Amino acid sequence: MEDLPLKPFKEMTAADYAAIGLACGLEVHQQLLTRSKLFCRCPAGRYSMSYDAEVLRHMRPTLSEMGEYDGTALMEKKTKKNIIYRLNHDSVCTYEFDDTPPFLIDEESIDIALELALLLKLNIVNELHIARKQYLDGSIPTGFQRTTILGIDGRLPFNGRTIRIRQLGLEEDSCREVSDIGHDRVYLTDRLGMPLIEVVTEPDMSTPQETAAVCNLIRKVCRSTQKVRRGYGATRQDVNVSVEGGTRIEIKGVPQIWRIPHLIYNEACRQVALLGIRRELQRRGIGPDSLETESGDVTTLVAKTSFAPIRSAFDSGLRVKCVLLRGFGGMLNKPTQEHTTFAKEFSDRVRVIACLTQLPNIAHSEAATDSPSAQEWQELKKRMKAAPDDTLILVWGDERDTETACGEITIRAHQATIGVPSDTRQSMKDGTNGFERVLPGAARMYPDTDLPPIEITADRVERARRELPAPVWETEARYRAGGMVADDAQRMCISPHAALIDRAIDHLKLSPLFLGVLFGQRMRSFARKELRPGRLSDGALLEILQTHAEERLAREGVFWLIEHLLKRETGESITDDDVHTALLEIRPATERALRRSVDDAVAACESHRFKTDAKRVRYLMGRLMRELIGRVDGRRLRELIFEKLATGQPAVAARGAAGARTVAP
Amino acid sequence: MSESAPTEGHDGYRGPGLAVLQRHGVTVWSEVEIKAASGRFRGLILPRSETADDHHIVLKLASGYNIGLAAEVIQQITQHGRRVAQYKIPEKEFPTDPSKPNIVLFGTGGTIASRLDYRTGAVIPAFSPGELYGSVPELADLCNLKTEKLFGVFSENMGPQQYVCLAKRIGEAIADGVDGIVIGHGTDTMHHTAAALTFMVQDPPIPIVMVGSQRSSDRPSSDAALSLICAVTAAAQCDIAEVMVCMFGPTSDQYCLLHRGTRVRKMHSSYRSTFRTIGDIPLAMVDQQGITPFRDDYKRRRSDHLVRLNTAYSEDVTLLYYYPGMKPDVMEAMIEKGYRGIVIAGTGLGHVNKLTYRALERARDKGVHVYMTVQTIWGFVGMYVYETGREMMELGVIPLANMLPEVAFIKLSWVLGQTDDRDEVKRLMLTTIGDEITEREPYNGYLVYQGAVPEVQEFLRKIKH
Repeated sequence: MEDLPLKPFKEMTAADYAAIGLACGLEVHQQLLTRSKLFCRCPAGRYSMSYDAEVLRHMRPTLSEMGEYDGTALMEKKTKKNIIYRLNHDSVCTYEFDDTPPFLIDEESIDIALELALLLKLNIVNELHIARKQYLDGSIPTGFQRTTILGIDGRLPFNGRTIRIRQLGLEEDSCREVSDIGHDRVYLTDRLGMPLIEVVTEPDMSTPQETAAVCNLIRKVCRSTQKVRRGYGATRQDVNVSVEGGTRIEIKGVPQIWRIPHLIYNEACRQVALLGIRRELQRRGIGPDSLETESGDVTTLVAKTSFAPIRSAFDSGLRVKCVLLRGFGGMLNKPTQEHTTFAKEFSDRVRVIACLTQLPNIAHSEAATDSPSAQEWQELKKRMKAAPDDTLILVWGDERDTETACGEITIRAHQATIGVPSDTRQSMKDGTNGFERVLPGAARMYPDTDLPPIEITADRVERARRELPAPVWETEARYRAGGMVADDAQRMCISPHAALIDRAIDHLKLSPLFLGVLFGQRMRSFARKELRPGRLSDGALLEILQTHAEERLAREGVFWLIEHLLKRETGESITDDDVHTALLEIRPATERALRRSVDDAVAACESHRFKTDAKRVRYLMGRLMRELIGRVDGRRLRELIFEKLATGQPAVAARGAAGARTVAP
Repeated sequence: MSESAPTEGHDGYRGPGLAVLQRHGVTVWSEVEIKAASGRFRGLILPRSETADDHHIVLKLASGYNIGLAAEVIQQITQHGRRVAQYKIPEKEFPTDPSKPNIVLFGTGGTIASRLDYRTGAVIPAFSPGELYGSVPELADLCNLKTEKLFGVFSENMGPQQYVCLAKRIGEAIADGVDGIVIGHGTDTMHHTAAALTFMVQDPPIPIVMVGSQRSSDRPSSDAALSLICAVTAAAQCDIAEVMVCMFGPTSDQYCLLHRGTRVRKMHSSYRSTFRTIGDIPLAMVDQQGITPFRDDYKRRRSDHLVRLNTAYSEDVTLLYYYPGMKPDVMEAMIEKGYRGIVIAGTGLGHVNKLTYRALERARDKGVHVYMTVQTIWGFVGMYVYETGREMMELGVIPLANMLPEVAFIKLSWVLGQTDDRDEVKRLMLTTIGDEITEREPYNGYLVYQGAVPEVQEFLRKIKH
């Protein structure tokens, strides 16, 4: 196989991307944390693979408001899919499967979206108009997504510059696909109708890594409100990619941010490769108007083939058809993405539009493997009157599907003479992408006649503005300035405990470093031990922090007490009352008791040998902390050990050094 | 400040919204940039729905989304172009083929084919053979189609005048020798019209098929296309020469059912499978493969062009839905206002309270015809079972067996349009024309399945296709 047109992913630099004119934009979809769905009162966020009923639908394209058909809609029409929806009693009502008109929009969702629109500094509209955005793939049973724009032209500070935000929309989530085999596509409806916002940026990012970083920042802004959902699938992004001379390509539904750079790299490769193919075709004199293709039924010709896919198709009475692409010799083996050649562009379209989903679904005359024999190709070439530099592609299936397939192969060949076709592409786990559908345009929008416009009053905007959290980048900077470790600060500025942390810093005067350790590290470690720290109410945590601030509970005592509570309490919620009870059980050690413990410990290990004094201190600290955990501050204990080891006098005698910090009230 | 008068090109705008457009010299379909207190917005000014408030401007952004901007925050509007929406269903000439049956489609309104109406924000019917062929090309495989728009009214505005007009046009079409008739109709009162046509157009030689849609045809998931294909299939191919309703069987896009015009009722405000045959089984099922009859007691298609029309109709009939504690003055008011026929939808087997007896006496004395049906919808009136029933019959109330309340209302209107003679009215009411009263209720004529019951859940779980 030839080399890719770009350097390997790991070797690419910002300058390399600049040289090909890479431009990336994002569409970040974030589910909102609401009680119910957007246009009905079904509970949001109740997922289950189990279902109670199935409904079957078909989709037909309809006209847009401006009187046009959308290209995507016409493509989906060709696929003739049976769409089957699985319904679960607990997560859907008759609205989701389009047997009841929408109920009024969920007001809680509008308020959350408004908050985010303000955080991203968008120009807020005065009236929401619900639009229907057509989706004929069946992912929404109505055939359209109800969606509305809250604001346009926002901005987001990033690394000392501004990323422009084109718009923020509020819309209903779609179905989860279960399977798509042949002409049957199956969907689960549990996620359908959940409120989500869509944040669309301008193509202001110029490297894959930067795109991922901006995506992460947008996600953090969303999370800083504490009013969005988290977890797998709660945030999904579409990445828009183009190179100079290429086309805006949308890679759909990337669930994890770390996948973004690799996906962008492969798409950049693909566009550069497709442009190279166009140049080569032009060089051979093949343009949009001079492309020659032929197609024909060759079923009888391959009747004796031993190539298994065609063999079994022939045996089950299916048809085999051949498309000739004049002058395409060598093109189908051109690499377009990692481990992928141009041939896949044809296979993808045949799979998606002609519904020939079982792979391989094509064979071509330039393939070294996975193909009929050389002799069979000779016969086919003869039949199709192929010249040496022509390429043949075979497809097999029923009459109608193979007919559609031949049409699609011709369309794709024609597109190759133009450049990079406008597609929506699906992301693959290996970092490559595949054809999903034709990129839809503005023609798929239609006003929703079922719902009236909703006025957004100035009062409502002001109310949202008053309750805005501080911008996430400011919070993060403040935490770091206060001494919090960078990793902790990054996590804490979007933590559900952010408000509590702010209060602990501002009112209880606790150190950000300590709070970072507590909420950023210890809590995660409790979670890893499956102690479910999420059960701790804000009241309980505040009570603990307050006791610590009043020096009635040592720093280690805070960690010990929380772990103790998590282990002892089995309920779903741990309250400040539980904290009170536990605090009664751990009175801080008196100075006197503390000195006695130090004396005893030092005496007990007097005969032990230690290589250094530091090791002796470390041993003593460990032993005493185990004994006194929760009842003493580590720093005070260390002071006493040093004092004891230095003087050799019993610590008990050294009165007057008692720190208030360790004395019980 | 006086309100500015709407001018050309300001569709739907009034008050402050209209004023701001006029002040800046722009109209609907202007491509503009608007400077507002909240920022700059570029887009196309759209018409505004008349039912929306008067102080917002609607703008279509380049993304296709629409937004509203308050007139009071708009500081400046600059026009830089103009683009008018050409909302038109693509028309293609409907092909003709002499070997195919000739079907006429009468339009009355409703959502079988529709487009956007900015003025009301609703969808309005669009309807020519060309438009239909453009959106449902499958029709050309079934027939030669002619369409005629009789009225453009929503279902709730259908009434006697429309029934009579429709019946007459059907008569003319039959005389012209068409092979089948399809009537596009809003769904809300389709069963009233179906009953009226059953009585007014008797013994037609061809199928008369009513069809509508529950999801307007401007939606990709609309039921309109499949329903229309099935209705045209029935009109073109089926052997049943009666007035029928053709609508979705299940909510899934699978098949339609043909219901007899007098036994059908809309049973859900929004479900696709809303029309059900009540107290009996449907006539047949139809899908794109053809027609499967469920029974053979129907009137057969004939080759003659004969039909008996009787378009009599009295508007002095009312339908009274009884409720506990009803006072006699309700019915007395009707009698007072000159109503000559009252159909009661009574409780259970057909009952009203004792208080109402006074009004029933008065009705009898004034010669008002009172008929009893049941608000349980399913089942027969049984006035011999309880004393109440027997007492009411003494007061002249005539039980209508299992005639549906709406059908009884339509039939009494039709009968009183012909005669006021008490016995003749009774004879006509009880003489069945199209199964409005049936002798027998089959065991599978009442099926309102309840969810959660294991066998029902089993049935719902897996779709067969």
